[in-house]
This record gives sequence, structure tokens and C-alpha cells, in this order.
Amino acid sequence: MSAVEEDLVPALDPTGLPVDELPVMGRIDASAGREAVVAHLAEAARQVRRRDIQMIRAAGLGHIGGEFSVIDILVTLYLHALDVTPQTVTDPERDRLILSKGHAAAALYTTLSIAGFIPPAELSTFMRPLAQLNGHPARTKIAAVEASTGPLGHGLPIAVGTAFGGALDGSPRRTVVVVGDGELQEGSNWEALMTAGNHRLANLCVVVDRNRLQQGARVADTNDLEPLADKLRAFGMEVVEVDGHDHGALVDVFAAVPAASGRPTAVIAHTFKGHPISFMSDDVAWHHKVPSPEQVATALIELETP
Amino acid sequence: MSTDTAPVPATERALHDCRDAFVATLLELAADDPRIVAVVNDSVGSSKLGPFGTAYGPRLINVGIAEQDMVGVGAGLANGGKIPFISAAACFLTARAMEQIKVDAAYSQHHMVLCGMSPGMAYGELGPTHHSIEDLAWLRAIPGLTVVVPSDPAETAQAVRWAAAHDGPVYLRISRMGVPDVNPEGYQFVPGKAVTLREGTDVTIVATGTVVVRALDAADLLAGAGISARVLSMPTIKPLDEEAVIAAARETGAIVTVEEALTSGLGGAVAEVVVRHAPVPMRFVGVPDTFAPTGSVEWLLDHFGISAEGVAASAREVLGR
Repeated sequence: MSAVEEDLVPALDPTGLPVDELPVMGRIDASAGREAVVAHLAEAARQVRRRDIQMIRAAGLGHIGGEFSVIDILVTLYLHALDVTPQTVTDPERDRLILSKGHAAAALYTTLSIAGFIPPAELSTFMRPLAQLNGHPARTKIAAVEASTGPLGHGLPIAVGTAFGGALDGSPRRTVVVVGDGELQEGSNWEALMTAGNHRLANLCVVVDRNRLQQGARVADTNDLEPLADKLRAFGMEVVEVDGHDHGALVDVFAAVPAASGRPTAVIAHTFKGHPISFMSDDVAWHHKVPSPEQVATALIELETP
Repeated sequence: MSTDTAPVPATERALHDCRDAFVATLLELAADDPRIVAVVNDSVGSSKLGPFGTAYGPRLINVGIAEQDMVGVGAGLANGGKIPFISAAACFLTARAMEQIKVDAAYSQHHMVLCGMSPGMAYGELGPTHHSIEDLAWLRAIPGLTVVVPSDPAETAQAVRWAAAHDGPVYLRISRMGVPDVNPEGYQFVPGKAVTLREGTDVTIVATGTVVVRALDAADLLAGAGISARVLSMPTIKPLDEEAVIAAARETGAIVTVEEALTSGLGGAVAEVVVRHAPVPMRFVGVPDTFAPTGSVEWLLDHFGISAEGVAASAREVLGR
């Protein structure tokens, strides 16, 4: 093992807390049966959250609230719904996932790792100097990252472009973009939704991580989005609402893309920031708060309990 | 001076709209390469892309008046292996979608061509909201973005061909302002290389884009006054041809830059090289730190001294002659 590789797998993070080794669980397809799929995704999400909170603690930075709200969505997509694997990550016909809410980078990296795209040991480099795992995902650094994101309101227009490309090629490949609900305050999203709806880009699926909180306050108290479903429908979307922490429900929703109507799909996934940790859930303070060692320990115990 | 050697004033030369060369070249390239697509913001007419839509239908994507979406869509198309030419009025493309240019194009190192149409003061009468005099200063500050400013139809065509083949983001500044042919027959555009249009020993005039012809006319005026001016055309603002600039400073001892933009564009770029490698006196012809008033582009260029006379005066001033 080279000095650099040794550096990648510390037994302890810089705070002295033990680091869980994240397993590589890989993708599971529908032939395994719905029950097995849901159990696989639930265990993967639990493992991802365990590693994610330790990464944030070790880095001393991160956006744990919005990560915990979106993890079940990302796990369902990368470990089941999307047709992309580490072997097909550059295949032109792969499905695309764009994480527009790029501040949830740690959730993306841990999910990509458990799916086999990033070596688990590399997670220890998160936000370190010269790391490939930037504080916000960069497409030039990680093969599975389809778009460099971080500033909000970029992912949806890019996803519309990839969907256009698929349509021009007559390809069945799908593009899924995950946006935060607060992020929808950026006008670029509505430019893109207008384009997607008018051009009936059925191969596009927009997932709204509807955790109802943004950095400083509730979305409703900042610049409200409601009636969100009506707005999305008015823009030409097929709208589905789902419990964003229910893996079975998410599996069913993604199985129905593209919609029979020929419209792009918008999935409003109802989630909670910080879910399912008792002291974080639905608390705006946890947008980018770093947990104390005691809080990490408490969270890890809570994550042991199904 | 006899009549047959006298310079032909710009107004008496055959003038061309570089957008015609842009579209003709794009049509040719698209015929052989299905990856080439165009993305516009209700700018089919102002980009002269009507024939592209006629020929290639769905490969012309009009997102409407939505510049952030337009550049993001281009990045997504590039993700899917397309080569998008994103074409819109330079003032809106650059200013409204600056973060998309920075993040989706440059930081992401996508193969996409951002075509800023009618930049500088080409929309003279429409006023400062429609002028794009900041674009060169803004875009040359973005890491990893190549900034190309063709000066005539031949160079425009070459630059379009090069950008279509170059695996990286490019900003191509294409004017509607009438320009004569300034490059020699058989000219070959080389990215990052200046073109010596005239040799000279007393001073070098470095010009870019639409106003290269005015620099040539200035050199004629200076020759009449016994001053030998080198004229460098600088079609690539970034990466800049540092070697040519350093040689000009060392060999001619004084530099004047000329651009249809704020002088923090080409002028700033040249000055950064000169001050580091070969400090010599410089003058900057372009728009100073001000919004241009309303007027025709020709009137505005003269107003700011971006004229043969104005450039010659700056050269004489820097030489103290």
C-alpha cells in the first residue's frame, strides 16, 4: 500500500471517531422481487447515512440536513431504478442522474460508493486539499457525476439538454434530475420546465426533494412554492406525489417513467431534512450544521434501529 | 502619394456580415456531422440560422427568451455527445447566463461553442443595454474558456470549423457590423496565434475583430508621417499569443491596442503580458470606463477614437512624435 493509499483509509477520522467501512452493495433489479429490492435499498440507505454523518463530522463541513432528506431518493435511483453501472458509466446509452442540489455532495458520493462507482476508501478524502470529492460535485473529477453543480438552478436546464439529446438520437435513455424545493426559487428552473413541457420531453424526470426547508427558514416563509403540483402541471408535467423516504413507493414511481401521457414526469417527493434522526429531522438549524461527537454517536445508534 | 497606392478607406471596400460565413460553415459541418446542433433564444433571425432550421429541423432548438436555460441545455446536449452551437445576442448570452458559462461550460469543460452575435456596439442605436462591450473582459477572466474574435469572413469560417473540432468550451464573438476582408488569401486560423498583417519597427498596433481594418488604415496614416507601424491581428484573446506580444514590445518598443470593447478586454490582456515580460509604453484604444451612448456603430467607433485617425493619434502620442 502506498503512502497515499494509506492516507485514504484512516481507522479514525481527524476527530478521533471510528470510521465505518462502507460496503459495496451494488444494483438490484426488479427480477429479485419487490420485497428483496426494498430491503436492499433500505439497508443501503441506512449504511449511506451512517457513512455520510461520519464524513461530515470528519470534514467539519457539509449539508447534512439536505443530504439525509435526499438519500432515499438517490439510493433508489442508483441501486435500482437507473440503467447505469460502474461498467456502463461512459456508455452513451446510460441513464443520467443529475443532482442539481449539489450541496448534498456527500450524499451523492456515499451513494455512488455503495453502488460501486467510487472506492469506499476514497470517501475519507471528502473536502480535503486536492481531493476529487469536492464540497460540490464536479463532472471533470468523478466519472459518474453527470453535471458540475453547486450554484442552484443549473441541473434542470442541463437535464433538459440531455433529454433533448436522447430524443434527437431516438434513444430510450432517461434523464433524472433531483432538485431541492428551495432551489425552485431560481428562475432558471422555470425556463427549463417550460422548455421540457412544451417539447414533451417524456424521457425527463424531475424529482423535487420537498423537505420544505431552505438554508435560513421554511420555504413557505421565504418565497412560497405552493401550489407546487398545480404549477408543475400547468407547465406540462405529469405530476406524482410520493413519500420520499418510502423505497417501495419510489421504486413504483420511477418504474412509471416515461409516462404514458408522453409528458415529462415531475415527482414531488415529500421528505424531511435530517430524516430520520430525532434531533435533526425537520429542523432548519441542520442545513449545514456539523454534529458533535455525541450527536454522531446518538445518530449511529438511531440508525441501528429499523 | 499616387492614387493607386493610396489606402482604400474602409467605407469604399466591399463589406461583409460575418454571420453569413458563420451560418454557411455551420450548414456545411452539420451536413457531415449529425452531432452538430444549434441552440437559440428566439434568436433564429438575429443569428441568421433560418437555413439551419430548414435543413435540420429538430437540430435547431429554440428555448425561447431564456438564456440560462439555453446555456444549460447546451451543456446537457454536450453531455449526450452533441456539439452545440449556442447562438444569441452577445449582450444577453454573456450577461444573463454568466454563471452557466462559468459552471456549465467552462468549469465542466464541455465541448460547446458559445456564439456571441452582434457584440461590441453593433446594436449602436439600441443603447448600452444592447451593447456588449464587457464580454471580452468578463470571459477572458473565466478559466478554461477559449475566447475567439474573428476579424473577417474567412477567419470566421475557420474559427467555426476549429471550434466544432475542439474538445472544450469556446466563446466565438461574431459581429453583424460590415467588415472587409483583412486576412491574406489562403489564410489559416491557428488558435492562440496572432497574425502579422503588416511589419513595422516603430510601434505595434494590436487589434482584434471588427476593428482590425481600422488598425491597418491607421498604419497607412502613420506611414505617411514616416512612422513604421506593425499591425498584429489578435483573433484569440484567450489564450493570448504572448510570444507575439513580447516580440512586438521588444522589437518595436511601444504598443497600442484596439478593440470594439472596454479596454480591459484585449488591452488588459496585452498589458498583463507586457508588464510581466517586456515593459514598454502602451496606449489603449477602445471604450474607456463608461457606457457608450446611443448612436450608429460607425459613429460610436469614431466617437471613442476607435478610428484610423484615433489609433494613429494614440500611436503618435505613445511615441511622442
